[in-house]
Amino acid sequence: METKRIVFVGVGGQGNLLATRLLGEACLAAGIPAVVSEIHGMAQRGGIVESALVMGDATSPIVSEGEADILVGFEPLETLRALNKCNQDTVIIVNVHPLPPFTVSIGQGVYPDVDKALETIRNAVSSLIALDGDELAAKAGNPLSLNMVMLGALIGSKSIPLDGDVLKDTISKTTKQAFLDSNLKAFDFGIAAAHSPLGPAKSGIKS
Amino acid sequence: MGKAMHRLLTDSLGKEMLLLGNEAIARGAIEAGIGVATCYPGTPSSEIPDTFFTLYQEAGFYFEYSTNEKVALEVAGGAAISGVRSMCTMKHVGMNVASDALMTLAYLGVNAGMVIINADDPFLFSSQNEQDNRYYARLSALPMMEPTTAQEMKDMTVAAFDVSERLKLPVILRTTTRLNHLRGTVTFGQRRPITSKGSFKKDPFHYVAIPAVSRNLHKILAQKYDQSLELSERSEYNRMTGTGKWGIVTNGVSMNYVQDAVNDLGISDKVTLLRLGFSHPMPENLIVKFLKGVDGVLVVEELEPVMENEIRSIAQSKGIGIPIKGKGDNLFPRLFEFDPGLVRKTIASYFEVPDTSPQPVEVTDVPELPGRPPNLCAGCPHRAMYYAIKKVYGPDAIYPSDIGCYTLGVLPPLSMADIVICMGASVGSSCGIAAATDQKVVAFIGDSTFFHAGIPGLINAVHNKHKFTLVILDNGTTAMTGQQPHPGVDTEPMGVDTKQLSIESVVRGIGVEHVEVVNPLQVKKAVAAAQASKDFEGISVIVSKELCPLYARAIKKARKVRPFYVNQDRCTHRLDCINYLACPAMYLDDGKTMINENLCIGCAVCAQVCPENAILPLKIED
Repeated sequence: METKRIVFVGVGGQGNLLATRLLGEACLAAGIPAVVSEIHGMAQRGGIVESALVMGDATSPIVSEGEADILVGFEPLETLRALNKCNQDTVIIVNVHPLPPFTVSIGQGVYPDVDKALETIRNAVSSLIALDGDELAAKAGNPLSLNMVMLGALIGSKSIPLDGDVLKDTISKTTKQAFLDSNLKAFDFGIAAAHSPLGPAKSGIKS
Repeated sequence: MGKAMHRLLTDSLGKEMLLLGNEAIARGAIEAGIGVATCYPGTPSSEIPDTFFTLYQEAGFYFEYSTNEKVALEVAGGAAISGVRSMCTMKHVGMNVASDALMTLAYLGVNAGMVIINADDPFLFSSQNEQDNRYYARLSALPMMEPTTAQEMKDMTVAAFDVSERLKLPVILRTTTRLNHLRGTVTFGQRRPITSKGSFKKDPFHYVAIPAVSRNLHKILAQKYDQSLELSERSEYNRMTGTGKWGIVTNGVSMNYVQDAVNDLGISDKVTLLRLGFSHPMPENLIVKFLKGVDGVLVVEELEPVMENEIRSIAQSKGIGIPIKGKGDNLFPRLFEFDPGLVRKTIASYFEVPDTSPQPVEVTDVPELPGRPPNLCAGCPHRAMYYAIKKVYGPDAIYPSDIGCYTLGVLPPLSMADIVICMGASVGSSCGIAAATDQKVVAFIGDSTFFHAGIPGLINAVHNKHKFTLVILDNGTTAMTGQQPHPGVDTEPMGVDTKQLSIESVVRGIGVEHVEVVNPLQVKKAVAAAQASKDFEGISVIVSKELCPLYARAIKKARKVRPFYVNQDRCTHRLDCINYLACPAMYLDDGKTMINENLCIGCAVCAQVCPENAILPLKIED
């Protein structure tokens, strides 16, 4: 089976570890071999959180520079930082909503212009799917459902051989009743957003 | 209806689950019928004991978070000598702490299976060094096994118990961070019944390591080493695949990278791959057979050239002259972890085949990106105590620190860590700095770390009359590794019957005369305690006592408080709040100081620090 290497990047608290794990559970349910890698510990205190899922015949749990088939970026700055994981054929799915790091908040660095960053990414790879994941999560009724939006966008991008219904089923089985509706809604918003992503210079984000 | 059974306790043979590597080890221990489990938590090993903690009462075995790794190993050793299968888990540097017990426990041996989980951390994701603990197997003469996949982390755990019982020796199962924290499919096996009670049979000529006994025990250990060598030769985890002339030897997580590289490069018909899973003692005969069938060897192992040197030594003794390469000619780095691309490229260049790796995108117009270092959380009481100490002692005092969340105080603008070595070293190194200089010294140590290895240092300081201040940052939990209890924690809410120790009593009991307990969120009182410690001639201790806010939330003890905001009419932009506290809830917006009310937990420290009283609690409409 063809190998697909997916890298997830985000910031502690955005839920990308859970998203990666749910995707892994869905692969198991669909009979697709998959291995997930996570980083725990010190890095989680407000730092960058990177995880990966490799589906198919490969057994290495991590993804080297230039070898991601798909990069799912939960935050624009971290997506830009992870560009070294990509090659020209990589599909990048990015949430355009910025979370400035503390260094920027106290004036020790400058957050890059989001529209320019998207343009840089668009020029570097063949396929960029940009969406305002935070807005869609809020619209779904739960700001914490950003990870569901991003999973939906991954399915909507049609870049992995996994049936969206299997993933939806996994989400349903693992989500607390109180969040189930909003999670599923967020997932569907993500699929729809991948079908009609934001165009160039239309992130609507002022920097 | 009863509570649902923990998913890892299922009896259903052949059940498939996606498990974290550490959960797979825990399941392996359960399948092996473990009776006693001990640990000191530490990344990347922590989820093994944390998994035990969620199920040991239901499963019916004994489990404890021990005070430190040495104690944990002794507890598990005592149980295994008493005939109960035991497991002891630790991170690689924990093995240094446990090593005193390890060396002689190897002499004594065990009566029931005992497996020591040793989690190495190449690349230092969450550690102070990246030592290669395969050397501990050599030092102690104990067998070592190294899994490659989630499935093997379970299977090898079960196998390690069997090996241990056959040899009557503890077995070390060595993992690395990438294995502990991968998730893969694991197929469950049969569960052996749990036996948690045995009996200690007196046999002083085996268990009392006085010189006369130990001389004999060392002989027995040497015999057991020969037996483990035989098991290693026959182990299913030491296997040769392929018949090509290009030899590759590998272990652990690197096995995945090698397999993928051989497939990607399309060279599987040219390669003979030797994978060493039962990696100490190394199977000499198998290695000789392998060496005789190939024209050259590439050894793919992270960190030190352990296998490479031993294979070279075997080749030399058998007069085999083929090239054996790895770290020796800098083909592979000795530092940090490997990745699939690095292994593929090195294999391609060593065997001179075209490299098929994709090219990373070339991006020239990315601006310099701001960093996102990990940081003390909003409202963290450590930050408040750092503020109080720095206000009194200033930037020139020396601040030895220790291992925990508070090590993050090293980052500017706090800059409150000048030397960090290992667990407990803040206290010992302060003794030395105070003795050798005339500088003011204030050491910081966490509550769990104090119990782990800080107490002997403090006894030393009192006895030898060293002059410094020790601040014990007591946030009521082992925060960094995931909120595990320690001897100072009340575990009753967790449904666990333990005795809670008072840090203050321990400190007074040791003989420290100047002891103050303060809540660091009360800034004036904390500053006064810092001043009093500075005025005191001799060793003084401040216990800075306030729950970790994340832990308080987890145990539902978080106070309901209002977030704060900056009254822009009062703010004169002195930026004391940002420059001295650097709480992540604060930010600058067009030169204005602002507070993110979603991040602020209302600790009120910034409000007490602000000279203009410009920081006020938000009014919340009902």
